[in-house]
Amino acid sequence: MSAVEKMTPAETRLARLTLPEGFAPARRAALERLTAMGLPGRRDEYWRWSNPTDFIAPEPPAAAPFQDDEPDLFAEIDRLNIVFRDGVFDAQASDDLSMSGVEILRLAEAGDVNWASSLYGTLEADGQTPVKRPFAALNTATATDGVLIRVTGAAEKPVSLVYLHEDESSDPVLHHLVKLEEGAEITILENGPAGARFNMLMEVDVAKDARFHHIRVQGRDHERRAVTGIFTRVAEGALFKSFTLTSNGILTRNECVIDIVGDDANAHVAGAALGDGKTGAFHHDDTVFITHDAERCESRQVFKKVLKNGAQGVFQGKILVKSGAQKTDGYQISQSLLLDEDSQFLAKPELEIYADDVQCSHGSTTGAIDETALFYLRSRGVPYEEATALLVLSFLADAIEEIEEERFRDAILTRLEGWLSRHRG
Amino acid sequence: MLEIKNLHVKLEEEDKQILKGVDLTVEKGKVHAIMGPNGSGKSTLSYVLSGRDGYEVTDGAASLEGLDLLEAEPEERAAAGLFLAFQYPVEIPGVGNMTFLRTALNAQRKARGEEEISAGDFLKLVREKAKSLKIDADMLKRPVNVGFSGGEKKRNEILQMAILEPKMCILDETDSGLDVDAMRLVADGVNALRDEGRSFLVITHYQRLLDHIKPDVVHIMADGRIIETGGPELALEVEKNGYADLLAKHGISEVMA
Repeated sequence: MSAVEKMTPAETRLARLTLPEGFAPARRAALERLTAMGLPGRRDEYWRWSNPTDFIAPEPPAAAPFQDDEPDLFAEIDRLNIVFRDGVFDAQASDDLSMSGVEILRLAEAGDVNWASSLYGTLEADGQTPVKRPFAALNTATATDGVLIRVTGAAEKPVSLVYLHEDESSDPVLHHLVKLEEGAEITILENGPAGARFNMLMEVDVAKDARFHHIRVQGRDHERRAVTGIFTRVAEGALFKSFTLTSNGILTRNECVIDIVGDDANAHVAGAALGDGKTGAFHHDDTVFITHDAERCESRQVFKKVLKNGAQGVFQGKILVKSGAQKTDGYQISQSLLLDEDSQFLAKPELEIYADDVQCSHGSTTGAIDETALFYLRSRGVPYEEATALLVLSFLADAIEEIEEERFRDAILTRLEGWLSRHRG
Repeated sequence: MLEIKNLHVKLEEEDKQILKGVDLTVEKGKVHAIMGPNGSGKSTLSYVLSGRDGYEVTDGAASLEGLDLLEAEPEERAAAGLFLAFQYPVEIPGVGNMTFLRTALNAQRKARGEEEISAGDFLKLVREKAKSLKIDADMLKRPVNVGFSGGEKKRNEILQMAILEPKMCILDETDSGLDVDAMRLVADGVNALRDEGRSFLVITHYQRLLDHIKPDVVHIMADGRIIETGGPELALEVEKNGYADLLAKHGISEVMA
């Protein structure tokens, strides 16, 4: 037996990794981190409920591109489009990258831009303690494309990252950097199927009094396997907001690691996930870690999952309040609505508090449709399926409400209603 | 309009007979009231007629203008013109009152093969009906019944009734939890809907609601049956003497009732 045949899939994967050009010191450091921690196994505390095998495999499992004839979800919104086709920037399909108040560069072409070099991989590296995040280190080391966005004022319009999937064995690794200077503001939109297997990392540095909004839609591509990470540092008086709508997908793991380092800052992260095992396996995992290391800051985690026909949902959320972080207001809620008895929701809410003057709460619930509310709607003439859909929307409302702007909320609701009408019964 | 014959109902989960042979006919355009002590089966009757789960009909029949109610889904009963004003209206967070009203109205229209109402016409309709019930724009925008006071919830029930224009309205203790002014507002709303084509079944503990909504016929219900039927004077008699004499006359102990 040759040496190659004795290697585990994880060893093979690690052995095959190559580091693209640019950000060389950061990539080498990330590879060292990755080699030291290794790829995760089911014994890792934060991978017990989600099987990382497909993310580890040397080759991605094939995934049929989803034939989608509907217009882009954010088509009605004036935005700057940046298109990635199977993980490769598509200049022709993208808009011109110039916009007032914002500097946008392509990762693969940027070289070692000063501001980017000092940020690339640093928030990811900071986010590796106390919990290891191997796929994020892998991303920093091997990412082949992405955007570098530096915001110096109020962005004229949202930057929209649009992903297209055409190759059934594509394996994109995208790394985005978003740096908001003091008082700057931007909205980043993200949607579309990105590839057969997708590893996305976004590092977001939010300076003093800056405001960052992120609205993401993962959907349509039933055979999606995606592991994503958003690593952010939030400075004094700044705001970080991220919302994700997920529907379908064999395996989706969304990690969000938030470091609140300046006083009076706010960080809100929310998600709504819909899974129907009838149209393909569904496993969705939200893993969040929020560290409060400053005074009078507020954080919110609002995650809702609607599961049917054997769909699985996971939530692992933690609030860590460091000893100096007085007057912290931390809120976490994770809820699932199980539409049948075959579906499953696993939740691990955690609080770790070292300051004495804080207000933190967490709650997690699993429930079925409220029969009384269902009867109330039906007694008014609303048929069973439509009444159920209304109650699903009612259940998800708290998460959707986390989106600040109405035009984005409306776009999300349209997608939600579409999904619900296609997944009746 | 509404015809109930020998209706026997027990709770599905426990072997407890609640209705023990109810006979009742409500004619077109008439207002019937059902009074009775706690536990007599009044609310069960309203739930069984509107199709709530958890009850088993062991005998008898109920029909609305020939439609076999007991075989129909709750939404079919609604589309056929049955409406139940809930004793405890349900809160539905995240669903705007307007969305709810419009969804319900259009669902019923669709079920009857009618055209859906346009957004503009609907808005006009709701504004007009809401005004007379003193329901402001804020209440219409808020999620269904969420944060509504007891009186607001009941007025919202009557608003739904006014918009859906049912033929057969059942009011289940609509007066419970209301002060005199709130009750008058609700009663005025109901009276405005009285029409020769529309019938009412008003379920109440107390005669005071019937001062405002004048019934044509009054029934007394006890131990799962209608034990006495008369005119408005029957309600006054109950108000004066309580149920004890009537129960004794029919050999029902107060504990059973």
